[in-house]
Amino acid sequence: MEIYIDIKKKLEDFSIELRLESGSGRIGILGASGCGKSMTLKMLAGIETPKEGRIRIGDRVLFDSVKGINVRPQRRRVGYLFQNYALFPTMTVEQNIAAGLRGRKAENQRRVREMVERFGLTGLEKRMPHELSGGQQQRTALARIMAYEPEVLLLDEPYGALDLLLRERLQQELLEMLRGYEGTVIMVSHDRDEIYRFSDELLVMERGRTAVFGKCEEIFDNPVKLEAARLTGCENISKAKLISPYQLEAVDFGIVLHTDRRIPKDTAYVGLHAYELVPVWGEGQKNCMKVQEKSITELHFERHYHLRPEHGTGESVCWSVHRDKWTELDERGMPDYLMFPEERLLFLK
Amino acid sequence: MIIDILRNLDWSPLYISLKTGIAATVVCFFLGLFAAERVMRLPAGRKALADGILTLPLVLPPTAAGFFLLLLFSRRRPLGGFLYENFDVKVVQSWLGCVIAASVIAFPLMYRNARAAFEQVDVNLIYAGRTLGMSEAQIFWRVTVPTAWPGIASGTILTFARALGEYGASSMLAGNIPGKTGTISQKIAMVIQDGDYLTAGVWVAVVLAIAFIVLFLMNLAAGKGTKHLKRW
Repeated sequence: MEIYIDIKKKLEDFSIELRLESGSGRIGILGASGCGKSMTLKMLAGIETPKEGRIRIGDRVLFDSVKGINVRPQRRRVGYLFQNYALFPTMTVEQNIAAGLRGRKAENQRRVREMVERFGLTGLEKRMPHELSGGQQQRTALARIMAYEPEVLLLDEPYGALDLLLRERLQQELLEMLRGYEGTVIMVSHDRDEIYRFSDELLVMERGRTAVFGKCEEIFDNPVKLEAARLTGCENISKAKLISPYQLEAVDFGIVLHTDRRIPKDTAYVGLHAYELVPVWGEGQKNCMKVQEKSITELHFERHYHLRPEHGTGESVCWSVHRDKWTELDERGMPDYLMFPEERLLFLK
Repeated sequence: MIIDILRNLDWSPLYISLKTGIAATVVCFFLGLFAAERVMRLPAGRKALADGILTLPLVLPPTAAGFFLLLLFSRRRPLGGFLYENFDVKVVQSWLGCVIAASVIAFPLMYRNARAAFEQVDVNLIYAGRTLGMSEAQIFWRVTVPTAWPGIASGTILTFARALGEYGASSMLAGNIPGKTGTISQKIAMVIQDGDYLTAGVWVAVVLAIAFIVLFLMNLAAGKGTKHLKRW
């Protein structure tokens, strides 16, 4: 299903101005809390009204401020999975699923049974929402939406409130349940792993606007924009000063970096993932930096070294070391230098 | 002596009070829910204004409310005259007057409780209903009201209790016509004036009994819609 969005809406301290056209089935929207992600979904669903713009799904126009079209949410065929699932607390699982169904009773009952089976809710039909586990609640909410046959499904931070273990299991479960769904799914989240697993295309939002939009993997490989780099998990970002087309100064780290690639002229920041830093013992080479240990965070599988570069503005550098490398590190001691591998540098606007 | 009093007692105040209480509660229930639903949709400024006006009868002395009602429904006034001449409807000095006075006085209790209960309803439930294709009426009666039921139920109980005992506005609008508008409250006031404390005491006991029974029954009924609520 092809989707066209062009919306403007004023919020309290910034405004949403978004334009997006996509034919892909799975779109992720990544953004910091309060950047207008959820508001964007609500405008798609018709819960909120944009100030101006146009929303089209396939050849159905849902909103057009010029032509005065604003299809009611009831008729948009846009399903919305709320973060808290929004199950009707006084209805059983069955009644929840049947809530939006029109048509004849026998037909509805058949549909409900079908959904109960498809979403693994057999035996829970008569339960009330508060008697269900988190996973069961999510499946009920999804069954309720799917019974209604939406053309677009919106997922609003579906795992925001869950603990890590449950989150990963439910993510997996959701992806599997959505495998057969032919409509477009749009997921909003601030969790990059969740978004990466889910999306074909990715929109990174910054204060109501598009920071980047494109293929998900490409954006994770090369975020291009500062905000996108931050949100896709790049820990080390410094202001950059271009010296020549192949040289820039990472101001915050106090180091001049040389590259074989031509640096884009509008580069304002340079970034490097924490696990890409290379330890060097002995002689310093190109793109090497002397560092001083500040603190270590030890996790189960990796250690995060927070280090202070010899020069620079006092900004610390984060170096993450996987468990396999710990013995080597313990034997050889802290490296004398950390090297920025030039092919891994991210040039950011 | 008490047996004599009970044997010779005119029970009409009991029936009139109950009839008035039930009728006023039904009126207030629907009007209160409707008003609360409307107010919930208003923007903040107009919401406060509407809220103030709808709560006024609760704050106003009942006799002041009775004064306004008389102004409105007196046969010498436009509305009262219109009702009498075209529909033969008499409000002043009639049972209808009892119901209207009790409704006006008790209405804010229903409205405020309903609104407070609505405010507690997760707005996502309403949004979810909309995106699932449910009509606004369906959402209201099948999602909002059941979810807000504990608050609505307690509002209904309070409304009934208030309507049952209404005295000030009723005495001005409906008067005290035995067998017609003479409620228990009117009766108690009247017999006290005659110095008949025994009869007054009997009626007070009756009122107490009704109040207990009604509160018990309604709490029982309300409890059914609250199974999903957790104990504190």
